[in-house]
Amino acid sequence: MTGDEKHEWAAASTIDVLWVLYDKVLNVTPATADDPDRDRFLLSKGHGPMAYYAVLAEKGFIDESTLDDWTSWDSPLGQHPDRVLVRGAEISSGSLGHGLPIAVGTALGQRVAGSRGRTFVLVGDGELDEGSNHEAIAVAARLQVANLTAIVIDNQSAMYGWPGGIARRFAVEGWQTAEIDGRDHEAVFTALTAPHDRPYAVVAKIEKSC
Amino acid sequence: MTTMRQAFVETVNDEIAADPRIAVVTAVISSNEFPQENERVVDVGIREQTMVGVASGLALAGLRPVVHSYAPFLVERPYEQIKLDIGHQDVGAVFVSIGASYDDPAWGRTHQSPGDVALFDTLPGWTVHVPGHPDEVTPLLQRALKDDNRVYMRLSLHENTQAYPVGGGFTTVRHGKRGVVLAVGPMLDRVLKAVDSENADVTVLYAATVRPFDANGLRTAVQNTDHADVMVVEPYLEGTSSHLVSETLQQIPHRIRSTGVKRHAELRNYGTAEDHDAAHDLDVVGLGSAVRSFFRG
Repeated sequence: MTGDEKHEWAAASTIDVLWVLYDKVLNVTPATADDPDRDRFLLSKGHGPMAYYAVLAEKGFIDESTLDDWTSWDSPLGQHPDRVLVRGAEISSGSLGHGLPIAVGTALGQRVAGSRGRTFVLVGDGELDEGSNHEAIAVAARLQVANLTAIVIDNQSAMYGWPGGIARRFAVEGWQTAEIDGRDHEAVFTALTAPHDRPYAVVAKIEKSC
Repeated sequence: MTTMRQAFVETVNDEIAADPRIAVVTAVISSNEFPQENERVVDVGIREQTMVGVASGLALAGLRPVVHSYAPFLVERPYEQIKLDIGHQDVGAVFVSIGASYDDPAWGRTHQSPGDVALFDTLPGWTVHVPGHPDEVTPLLQRALKDDNRVYMRLSLHENTQAYPVGGGFTTVRHGKRGVVLAVGPMLDRVLKAVDSENADVTVLYAATVRPFDANGLRTAVQNTDHADVMVVEPYLEGTSSHLVSETLQQIPHRIRSTGVKRHAELRNYGTAEDHDAAHDLDVVGLGSAVRSFFRG
């Protein structure tokens, strides 16, 4: 896939976490993509979705042949995912700061329904600059949305960074947190399957030099 | 006497008890009116963007969220969330506002929202209700709660003396030959007084639902007059529905007079809603003058 070189780094930053999620963590398949009890993965960091599409194709949600002509007029695959067009995409994204508040809602909806499904949402560290995320971080903790996991891809894109680290921003609101090497598949798996009784933030660090 | 807001609260509380699909999401305003012990009632604190985002997530999970706040905080502050989290996700929700254009003018510009309907008008697929009486709120809301679509309901402290049937397009309240006046929501009583005071021989249509726009109702009314002259009186930004009047009458040479909250300047005055009505020529005197000048000859 070519054509979005601007966001190539964004895709390269997420590929390992996305693969581990879909390969080993998420309870969802193409056959259960509409099952109310499925796990829901929300890609809030919707720019640079090449990695996302590649994983969806590998797992059979979308046809691999659609990857080559992405962003063309007839393609369902744009530089920002559209849930109406892409099988398996839980949300349409690309504008920063939307996924985490929506994820709070889907997790609440799963809880209301008595579903065993969980919600995972992937955000970027730069995206965390948006104030809507901080509304949602606080609300998720107050509402004790324990079936919610936020994965922060920390590729040091935030303009001013976060004093004390990103995990601290979540922890101060009452989230359980973990910090891992976002390239280490075993560490990603261990973190994303760790038990938690409150909302859970996993900060996956990605070195710029990778 | 029941207000529109009370009718809204009572209807939602009745329906939430009966329908497990319904959820309520608030950002403090009015939250104490809903049963907080119900797990489908969610107050997010003073966080309007998250209020809409959470509503989106609830809708994605199969619920029917009612989202409520004061108009500027429901529509203007989280406008991008409305566009993307509701519209672009292709989910439904029922947005209900209070405050209207200037129900509480002593609070100044921060609590005025004359552009709310115009903002929804930029987004496809929204039904917009502007009831003119509390008794119109309940049937409109009951229907909205049963559907899956995107609905905006604009409540106001200002109302007409009587309710009209709602949900079936424009209602003809008065017949005439000189032209048509379309009165939206709480504008009806004063429009009728203005028309009567000017002895204007016009048809008056009443709209409690402005989107979808009842093009057939307007076209039929115009065809039954001698002049294709249409005056639109809306309780929000003037001209909000003018493009739909033009589209409806595109095959007929016609004239339009758009009346509503004026666009030309921000009023930096407090006072009462009646003061603001007068400043925007939305009182009986101002509307009478508009009727007289537009339907002259």
